Amino acid sequence: MIKVEGLTRVYGSFTAVDDISFTCRPGTVTGFLGPNGAGKTTTMRVMVGLTPATRGDVTIGGLHFHDIPNPGRHVGVLLDASAQHAGRTGREVLTLGAQTMGLPMSRVDEMLELVSLDETESRRRIRNYSLGMRQRLGIAHALLGDPSVLILDEPANGLDPAGIRWMRGLLKGYADRGGTVLLSSHLLHEVEQIADEMLLIGRGKIVARGSKAELLANAGGAGTLVTALDHDQLTGALTDRGLSFVPVADGIRVDAQPVDVGRLAAERSIVLTELRTASGGLEDLFLELTADTQRDDVSAAPAPEGASL
Amino acid sequence: MTTVPGSTAMTLDISQTERVPFSRLVHVELRKMVDTRAGRWLLISIAALTALVLVIQLWVVLAQDQTVGFNDFAAGANIPMNILLPVLGVMSVTSEWSQRTAMVTFSLEPSRSRFLAAKYVGTLIMALIAVVLGLALTIGANGLYAAFSDNQVTWNLGPFQLFCFFLLYVFSMSTGFAFGMLLLNTAAAIVVYFVYSFVLPGLFELGSALMGWFKDIRPWIDFNNAQNPIIEADVTGKEWAQLLTSGLIWLVLPLLIGVWRVLRAEVK
Ligand SMILES: Nc1ncnc2c1ncn2[C@@H]1O[C@H](COP(=O)(O)OP(=O)(O)O)[C@@H](O)[C@H]1O
Ligand SMILES: [Mg+2]
Repeated sequence: MIKVEGLTRVYGSFTAVDDISFTCRPGTVTGFLGPNGAGKTTTMRVMVGLTPATRGDVTIGGLHFHDIPNPGRHVGVLLDASAQHAGRTGREVLTLGAQTMGLPMSRVDEMLELVSLDETESRRRIRNYSLGMRQRLGIAHALLGDPSVLILDEPANGLDPAGIRWMRGLLKGYADRGGTVLLSSHLLHEVEQIADEMLLIGRGKIVARGSKAELLANAGGAGTLVTALDHDQLTGALTDRGLSFVPVADGIRVDAQPVDVGRLAAERSIVLTELRTASGGLEDLFLELTADTQRDDVSAAPAPEGASL
Repeated sequence: MTTVPGSTAMTLDISQTERVPFSRLVHVELRKMVDTRAGRWLLISIAALTALVLVIQLWVVLAQDQTVGFNDFAAGANIPMNILLPVLGVMSVTSEWSQRTAMVTFSLEPSRSRFLAAKYVGTLIMALIAVVLGLALTIGANGLYAAFSDNQVTWNLGPFQLFCFFLLYVFSMSTGFAFGMLLLNTAAAIVVYFVYSFVLPGLFELGSALMGWFKDIRPWIDFNNAQNPIIEADVTGKEWAQLLTSGLIWLVLPLLIGVWRVLRAEVK
């Protein structure tokens, strides 16, 4: 649905986005992941025509954004939740959007309810909104016209943990109904659970892409984090099976798929108390792939206690 | 949502969607001018200051038993309008940039020329409302003058008079609008407008006093000065021509450059 072909954006002698191509399909959530300054926002701004591309092309549903009539009805956009008039109320912002798109005013109340902004909050001026509330308002605005494509730049920024979980469910359901979602983040854990497809971007270039499983496979297989009632029994079984493992904070990290570890435990009647994919694999991959684009030297920093979980 | 479950179509079905009608864009732009405290207070100030100026004028005129006509009150009403309407013009454009709402606006109407046209029509409608208001206040002032003064009262209020009224307000508002687009910054645009409107006439005056050749061309390039016949509602053919040439320099040129700038500006 979203097609980016050979997109390049140059500022003076600096290349913010460097010849990137990708496609977002209907029914999927695409996570656009990269460290600060990688070029995510620039790419999304080009998509909606706020920044002209130096080279390359972006189409949404086969059209340039500029050629989509009443685009709010087709493409929901949230680029910067703080880009609202500080003196308007949240309700007024949605009302302006609904009027432009030609929607009934009942839509405003529906959206406010969807993002859990209550009556009094909706009548407060945006200068008095927290970042999380602005983000909720921005999501409401993006969804206002019931679009089939969503372009969200760091929508989880400033949301509380419950809010992030709510948003995950929202976007997942939206994609399940056939919508196309592109959402960016600089935090892996925000997108890895919902993104069907992930694009890793560093210094303007796409450095890796694919589903979470594919990315992990490329990174040398997924690790599993497991805890058991009796750790000695478990490590014994793992050694028998020839699986390599390392004890971490309060569990064991195994270089194998969770299903293999689970099967082994079942065979030996070992009681497991936790069994899951260790995201460290993806996190490491993310840091590694974007290593030369990081601002901070992560390899030199000592990992905090339990970080590998 | 236009898609159906399981749909994998890679194209958007836009057959059922119309472009946002221009009238709706204008309506939204008008709403934006009054839906913030800043916007509302600006409008209230315009009305209140105009009324205040007329009250003072009336009071002085009656106290000193002067003979004045409708035009004099119109000129009085024009003073606050001439200061505040441009501010309204400036702010209608620059607030989109300083408050960064242009990002949202353009994601709902990507055609920036349509957006600008809608905004401009919105400000013209505001100018029209200002004319009606200014007129009502002027008529009120002249009516009070008629009631309290023994001097002869004039009511020279023909269609041409009305047209001149409107033209003046449109000029003020449009100049502000142009400077707003040119600078895309509220404070800078207002300062530049006030320099243009209060400092420049002095410089023109000085120039004509010092240089004979400048004195000759001044009427053709001084837009502020060229508007005086309109305030009087008594314009000769030559004065129309001077209004045209000076207006090209101080109104049309900034408008064109401003439009060009907005069409190209990267919205941050
Ligand atoms: N108008 C601009 N002029 C110069 N550099 C810019 C401009 N806009 C963005 N950049 C640069 O482009 C790079 C990518 O920025 P951005 O797309 O915002 O990154 P991200 O959203 O991934 O954090 C950054 O280094 C940023 O400083
Ligand atoms: Mg960004």
